[in-house]
Parts: sequence; structure tokens; C-alpha cells
Amino acid sequence: MKYDIVLCGVGGQGGISVSVVIARAAMAEGLRVKQSEVHGMSQRGGEVLAHLRLSDKEPASPTIPLGSASLILSFEPLEALRYLPWLNAEKGVVVSATTPLKNMGTYPETEKVMSELSALPNKILLDADAIAREAGNAKAGNMVLVGAAAKLMPIKPESIEKAIRELFARKGEQVVEANLKAFEYGRKANS
Amino acid sequence: MRPLDASGLPDVMDDDWPLDVSGLPDITDDDFSQWRARMARETMMGDEAIALGAVHAGLGGAFAYPGTPSTEIMETLQEFVKRQAEGKLDGVKNAFTAQWCANEKTAYESALGSSFAGKRSMVSMKHVGLNVAADPFINSALIRINGGLVVVVADDPGMHSSQDEQDSRWLADFARVPCFEPADPQQAYDMTREAFELSEKIEAPVMIRITTRLAHSRSLVETSAAKAQGAIQKPKVTKDWILMPANARRRWHEVLGKQPELQAMSSSSSWNPLSLKGEKLGVITTGLARQYWLENADEYAAAKGEIAHLHIGFYPMPEASIRKLYDACDEILVIEEGYPYVERQLRGIVAPGKKIMGKETGEIPYEGELSPDLVRKALGLPERKGLAVKELSPPGRPPQLCMGCPHADSYGALKEALKDYSQHAVLSDIGCYTLGALPPYNAIEATVDMGASIGMARGAASVGLRPTVAVIGDSTFYHSGLSNLIDAVSHNTNMTVLILDNDTTGMTGAQPTILPSSRLEPVLKGVGVHPDHIKVIRAHKNEHEKNVAIIKAELAHEGPSVVVMVRECLEALKKARKA
Repeated sequence: MKYDIVLCGVGGQGGISVSVVIARAAMAEGLRVKQSEVHGMSQRGGEVLAHLRLSDKEPASPTIPLGSASLILSFEPLEALRYLPWLNAEKGVVVSATTPLKNMGTYPETEKVMSELSALPNKILLDADAIAREAGNAKAGNMVLVGAAAKLMPIKPESIEKAIRELFARKGEQVVEANLKAFEYGRKANS
Repeated sequence: MRPLDASGLPDVMDDDWPLDVSGLPDITDDDFSQWRARMARETMMGDEAIALGAVHAGLGGAFAYPGTPSTEIMETLQEFVKRQAEGKLDGVKNAFTAQWCANEKTAYESALGSSFAGKRSMVSMKHVGLNVAADPFINSALIRINGGLVVVVADDPGMHSSQDEQDSRWLADFARVPCFEPADPQQAYDMTREAFELSEKIEAPVMIRITTRLAHSRSLVETSAAKAQGAIQKPKVTKDWILMPANARRRWHEVLGKQPELQAMSSSSSWNPLSLKGEKLGVITTGLARQYWLENADEYAAAKGEIAHLHIGFYPMPEASIRKLYDACDEILVIEEGYPYVERQLRGIVAPGKKIMGKETGEIPYEGELSPDLVRKALGLPERKGLAVKELSPPGRPPQLCMGCPHADSYGALKEALKDYSQHAVLSDIGCYTLGALPPYNAIEATVDMGASIGMARGAASVGLRPTVAVIGDSTFYHSGLSNLIDAVSHNTNMTVLILDNDTTGMTGAQPTILPSSRLEPVLKGVGVHPDHIKVIRAHKNEHEKNVAIIKAELAHEGPSVVVMVRECLEALKKARKA
């Protein structure tokens, strides 16, 4: 069994905490995990990319080969398109937030980005920010996406919930609950 | 599974047996698996694994200047210092020190002194930092190292956050210093421990060379018991530390004499395993490149048969193993990250005749990072394809200054102050403010290396280009801008230095600057900049008009002037709030 995830977005969108949550949940279920992150200059409002590899054997490469990812989990619609070459053409699924983050002049028209995404064979597109607001924490859009992807990943939702509790425990019960709720709403959005 | 090193565990005495466990809660399987996951086998980044390996090896002192992708080594060590003080760093009984320094040279020299004192010492830096520290590095190879000295250098192939992609293995070779190159975080941990042992055994510095993907990728690491830290013990013979010519000649002779032994060590090292199963293609991998090879190895074997393989994780080059591989195969493919170091050396080790493939022959790209797909292509396996965007071509999203960043306001004022001059020069430096090169700022015309802004502005001004401005951050100024400013004062050069003082090293994630903002003005005065031409102003758009007027006045001044533009980094504020 192997399950490769491309996590992408724009610097500051909380991609690293999502990567940690999924990795911890996978490890708690006995899977081997390899993560690759990009730090430094590109974190300043640039495109941010993390590779997360889950497997029953130790994955070899820290980065995912082209055409191999089972899931692209994207916090921004244009960024989801950028990494399509890494997605498995038949079985890969894109789970993406739909709110564009236009911090450069060359950003294409939103309709064009959305029509590319809509044409994909397997996709779940959702307004993660709006769902997060409904759940009571506008900042937890990333956990909404994890919720929406939950039934695709080879990990039990309970393990993810446990990892969310562990990761946010330091920040108090309120933050934990808000993230758990966002995760729950995300699951409902793709039930 | 590796055997556990139980050497650091306390003995259980007969008197303790049977243990009284009546008051303890039951340990469930779940608890145990949690404990396993957290303690003995945590996922760690390569950088974190090196930090932990050093502490478990009995580290006494670590020194560094921030630089991507090496920064997290020192950040992790400083976290460990705190945990150790609270008694929360398992098995590490002795306190140790982990310090940021003004630059890589000072960091290296501190590590050297710490080794002189008999303690296990580490210095870490990015690849270009080793250029700054090249003087102590190359000379320290001639010293009889006392406490183990480990030099960690993080190369950045692909230049994710750097101005070049130089390969530190060449510098290790140049200095005749042995070098480890880990393939994954587990090896990073194990090699760090071994590097200290080796350094003390051969009485020489030892390098650990990593690349970006290893520094910043996480996987499981199994650790073993921590060693106790050694006591203060000066070198028995200090003449081997005094590099005056007579001593240096003798030491150089001894260092060269040690090379055959290192050579032999390399060919028998378990870090350099040789497998001669196949006879057609022989593959040589080094460090992280092994992982990209392994990603494709099974498929290659299924399609084309067995393959002979030599992996190199320890240098000098394992010449005997290389000859065996070469003799056993029809052709050789070298897969390595960085420059074609092994590939070039190879051509000098084996007799010409057989085909050697790699970067120089184009099977592997000369530039940039490796990937599983590039290695796949070099192996002649079919290309993998994912999906493609149909009509759009996603435009790049270049990094940019944070919303509300003080640098943006500083550039706004500088550009306006310069707008009436038909000719001017703005030379900048390494840091977040390098992003002033991009729209909408388009404010700078050069960035080369740490501290160069002031030297280049001075050189341009010296031959008559005016007005000339150097733009440099506070951390970079202390790193190596200060000595250039001394030149400017000495020659009374007509130039203006803009120090963008945000009281942090911003680009690498807001590490503290070596001296606080409040010390900057006295330093400027102390080296002799005229007090009337040291202006400390607030970098904020509310003060725009005033700031423009002040910069304009200093541009017109005959002689060196310094405008310090002060406002705290937003990233640092955020970090402080989180903590």
C-alpha cells in the first residue's frame, strides 16, 4: 500500500500543520511516513509545496514521482492546477479550496481556473473558508479540507481527530474544538 | 532493525529485583505504541536528526549563523538546551551551549576554541557560509583537533533560497577533510554520532554534507542512548595548534600521510556498500541520490535485470570499491546531487575505456535538484505522466515582502529620494529586502553575497559614480557589512548606507540579530561615521515625507553617511506572539 499526497497553497496558509496532522494520524495506524517541505524564501507569499508519502513500507524518495500522487490537497485553486502533473491520471483526486488568492498581477481569470478544475475527472471543490466560518473558526479552512479528503485517505477519521487534539492541545481546548468542528464540517461536505 | 545501544542505560541491581510496580498505572498496548512513536522513533527533519545526533554524541558547544537550509539545526539545538535545563531531554545529563554568531567565520572559530577546550563541538551553516568560514575551515584541517569537531554544511541545489548551488564536497576534498553524506534523516542521526568519534580518532575536523531535501524532509529516526559529555581538557601538545610555518609544514605532511588510511577506511566503510549482482550497468549513488535510485530500482530490475551498485556516504572516495565496480560492469552511471564530484574523480581513478555517464555527459542534468523522475529518465525507464492543465499555464507566484513590511516603506522613501538624479546606483544585499528587486519596487540593482552591498557601493563611489547607496539589513550588516563600512570611513567615500533595521534575521524565520537595535548607533559612531550623518528614522509610510527629505540630504553629503531605517519585522512579531 502506498498513498502519496501533494499539499499545496500559498505561504502562510497553514500547510505544514495539515501535513503534521495527517502524518501523525498515519503513524498512529502503523504506516511509514515521509514528508518533504520547502522552507525559506518561498514562504514569503510564494507558492508553498509539501509532499507527504504514506506507505506500509518505508518510502524511498522524499519527493513524489510524477503521475503518482493519490491526492492533491490544495488551499488555493490555481496552486491545485500547478501540481496536476504529479497526480495519478486515473485514480488521483483533487481536493481544493475555491477561494483564489491573487497576490500577483499575472493571476488568470477566476472562471478559467475554475473551469480547468471542474473538468478534472476526480475532484472535490469546496469553499473551505465559508465552511470554516460556519464551523465557527474562519482560520480553520485547512482542517475543512482535511475533513473533505478524510474518506479518501487510508486513515481512520478517529486517528485524524486524535492527531488534531495532540497538535493543538497546547493552544487550549477552544482551538482544539474549533479545528475538530472544521474537520467534521469538511467530512459532511463530502459525505 | 538496528541493534539498540544499551551502553548509557543504568544497571538494574539484584537488590532492585523484583521491582515494585504496585503504584504504577497499567500500560496498555496503545500507550506503548505511543511511547515508541514519540521517544525512540520520532519523525524528524534531517536538520533535527543532526541536532539530536550531536547532543546524543555528548556535544559541548554548537555555533552557527542562520542560512537556509541549515537554520533548523541551531534552532533545534537551542530548543534542546531549554529542554535539558528543565530535565526533559532524555538521558542528556550535562548542559551544553548552542549559540548564534555574527557570521560563519566567527561561528567556526568559536567551535574551534570549544574543541581546543576538549569538548565535542559543532558548527553549522549553509553552503555559501562555508566560503565565509573557508579560512578557519581549511586551516583547521592542519590542527590536531582535540574535542571532536563536526562541520555541518547544507548545500542548496536548485537554489531554493540561495545565490548559487556550489557543492561543499569539493571544499572537504580541498581541505583533505573526510566527509559524510547522509541519505535520509536516520543516516543523518547515525553519521553525526559517528562523525564525532571519527574526528577524535583521526584528530581532524569532519564534515557532514547535506542538501536541501534532506535538511527539510522528515522520516522515522531510531535513536540510541546518549553519551556523557567529556570534561574540559586542553590539548596535550599545543604546538600542533600553532600554525607558524615550521609547525604547519610538519602538520601538512602528517595530514597528507593520513590520507591512505582514510582511503582504506572509505572502501571498507559500511556507509559505502558495494553490491556486484549485475554486470551490465553499474550505478554509483551518493547521499540522498540513493533514495531517488531506490524509488526506481525494483522496476529497473524487473525490466532490465540485476544491477551492480555502489553507494557512497563517506569520503574520501572509496577507490578500491570503485575499481571493483568498474571492472565488474560494462558501463557506469553516477547519480549525485550537486556538482559532478564523484563523476570527475572517477575519471581519474579508473583507466579510460568504459562508458561513464552522469552530469558531464548529460544523462543527469548538470543543474538543479535531482528527482525520482530525472533518475528514471537516466535509467531509461518510461516517463511517468500525471494530468495536465488544458488551456491555462499557471503563472509563477514569486515570493514577496509581507503586507505592511517595513522594507516596502524604506524602498518607497529611497526611490523618491533618488528620482531627481539622472544617474545613481543602489547595491543591495542578502535578506528579505532582496525582494526589492521585484515589482512593484524595482528598487535595487545588485545582490551578490553577504555584506557586499557596502563594499560594492564604496567601489562604485570610489571611481566616481554618485550618488551611490548600499541597502543592507541589520543582521547582514553585523555579519560582514561592518568591515566594508570601516573602509568607507577610512577613505571618506561619498556614499550612503541604508541599514534596514528590523532587529531580526527575517528571511530565515526571525532569529535574533547578534546585537540588538539599540547597539547599532554606538557601533556606527565608534567606527567613525560622523554623528551628524548617522540618521535613525522610523520606516513607516506615515513618515514618508520626512524620511525622503533625510535620505535626500544624506545623498548630497560629501563623505560616508548612514541612515538607519527602524521598524520591527512582522514575522518576528508574529513569532513572538505565538511564543
